[in-house]
Amino acid sequence: MQSKHLELSQVGIDFPTPKGPFTALTDVNLKIAKGEFVSLIGHSGCGKSTVLNIVAGLHQATTGGVILDGAEVTTPGPERAVVFQNHSLLPWLSVYKNVELAVKHAMRGQSKAQMREWVMHNLELVHMTHALDKLPSEISGGMKQRVGIARALSMQPKVLLMDEPFGALDALTRAHLQDALMEIHANLGNTVIMITHDVDEAVLLSDRIVMMNNGPAATIGEILEVDLPRPRERLALADSPAYNHYRHEVLTFLYDKQKKIEPVSQHRKAGSTKVKSDNKASKSSDAA
Amino acid sequence: MSKMTNILSIAPGNTPAEGVLGRIYQRAPVLLLPLIGLLMFLALWNGVAKNIDTSLGEFPGPAHVWEQVGVLIDEHAVQREKAEAFYVRQDERNAARVAQDPSYQPKVRDFTGAPTFFDQIWTSLYTVMVGFVIASVIAVPLGILCGLSKSAYTAINPLIQLFKPVSPLAWLPLVTMVVSALYVSDDPAFSKSFITSAFTVALCCLWPTLINTAVGVSSIDSDLINVSKVLRLTPLSHLTKIVLPSSIPMIFTGLRLSLGIGWMVLIAAEMLAQNPGLGKFVWDEFQNGSSESLARIMVAVLTIGAIGFILDRAMLSFQRLVSWDKSSVLR
Ligand SMILES: Nc1ncnc2c1ncn2[C@@H]1O[C@H](COP(=O)(O)OP(=O)(O)O)[C@@H](O)[C@H]1O
Ligand SMILES: [Mg+2]
Repeated sequence: MQSKHLELSQVGIDFPTPKGPFTALTDVNLKIAKGEFVSLIGHSGCGKSTVLNIVAGLHQATTGGVILDGAEVTTPGPERAVVFQNHSLLPWLSVYKNVELAVKHAMRGQSKAQMREWVMHNLELVHMTHALDKLPSEISGGMKQRVGIARALSMQPKVLLMDEPFGALDALTRAHLQDALMEIHANLGNTVIMITHDVDEAVLLSDRIVMMNNGPAATIGEILEVDLPRPRERLALADSPAYNHYRHEVLTFLYDKQKKIEPVSQHRKAGSTKVKSDNKASKSSDAA
Repeated sequence: MSKMTNILSIAPGNTPAEGVLGRIYQRAPVLLLPLIGLLMFLALWNGVAKNIDTSLGEFPGPAHVWEQVGVLIDEHAVQREKAEAFYVRQDERNAARVAQDPSYQPKVRDFTGAPTFFDQIWTSLYTVMVGFVIASVIAVPLGILCGLSKSAYTAINPLIQLFKPVSPLAWLPLVTMVVSALYVSDDPAFSKSFITSAFTVALCCLWPTLINTAVGVSSIDSDLINVSKVLRLTPLSHLTKIVLPSSIPMIFTGLRLSLGIGWMVLIAAEMLAQNPGLGKFVWDEFQNGSSESLARIMVAVLTIGAIGFILDRAMLSFQRLVSWDKSSVLR
């Protein structure tokens, strides 16, 4: 592991609720190296978004804290850009203007021409220069997510935080965006923390997969190092024993070790979810 | 499956003639139904009017009212001629005096004939707009403050709840007395009655705008607020780039409600306080009690309705102009 870049130590958080404080996270410890791609995976409601929001500075940890390059994280800021699940583009601004807004605030004092060039550069990275003047409502979900990524990249963040960035997209679009993200990560070398529900996505993209226990008082269960050579090709990997081994590890953690405790219907057949694809399985386990 | 839908979409005749006919057939209800409604209303009105005898004669039917529209227009034209003649005479007189004695300061006096129906319309329109603008200038920023800051909302909310249900007409005596006491000037730019009416309108225009703006601002998508935080937008940018665009629909809902209520209240206030405007026109006609009074009041009633409608449409067009969401259905 390289030098210490981003460090979460003893992070815990209590949310105030009408029934008293609700402990969502305890003792989350994680060290992330510069340029590393880390995925957070776990059942819905276990606290993944909360971890990400604490790193982003949108939530304040009750105990412990986050240190980025030697400075404690206390407020949100552009050096920890967030790609939100539902794109969160400003609906009243065009694609270009959405990215420009970020550029204007992240690169104060630059000339107009420099800013324009930088906006265009980032939109080129995600292949979205053909729709500069379109409003978010006029482009597809995948395109919106691309623009959201361009907006985050344009802030030149030290850490790119992504909360289920492709969760709402169809499988084909998701695969395209995963490839685009791998390309960008290979070129720019940003540190990335990405939340995902998708086991394939986690294995394909990550250097490490952080698997979280179920809440309440959730914490990190296991960390899996994914030692697959880059650049990774999804087709080639499909038949790779190593890839399938990692995939199996994650599935085992999710559906065996961290089976969701279901108070309503206990007579669910264990193991039946294992064969299903991860996404469906996670949904059916939620619904059960 | 896809073949099926293809066939289905082609099936209804797509030849040009059928297309045009089809379009007319589709649009027909939109054009025809309001016309049918209007005709039925006129017929009903006509029938009912004949059977109502008041102390001022038979209740006016549509034809009678239409006749009075012509009369009111003529009266207005006559009054205008009188006014012009008055000014011409005044100018001639002054010119003659100045020719005689170059040091003479010409006196210019305003024409003081009775205001016509159209003068009253103008007075009311002007008053409602001034009252509405005063209220909006106060209510929108205050609403934004309440929406942004929980403490501001908690502090102001009891006052809103207390004053919102008060009929502005209850304020009217207080406003009248306060204006009389405070607005003393030898050469007033505005008449006291105008200020009283405008403030009464403003008092009732405040609340819907204030409440709707506050709700609009406080219900901004939390993701967008997070975007603003991550970008570290300055408070001003946050306001102009995030808060205002996303709460514009609610602000306009409030503004339109306010303007509608303001217009209704103004007419009542003018009747009650004998302030110039359409309300006074109605009251004066009622007091006159001539055989034409009811028809003239009916003209005023329809005019008030039409102006209320036009004001609302104007606000809607304004909303379309400033709203980013051109595709949303506004009604
Ligand atoms: N602002 C909050 N107030 C109270 N409870 C919260 C809040 N945010 C999240 N939680 C709770 O914390 C837990 C973790 O939520 P979250 O991080 O959104 O889960 P995930 O992203 O893994 O699906 C959930 O039980 C959720 O109900
Ligand atoms: Mg989440």
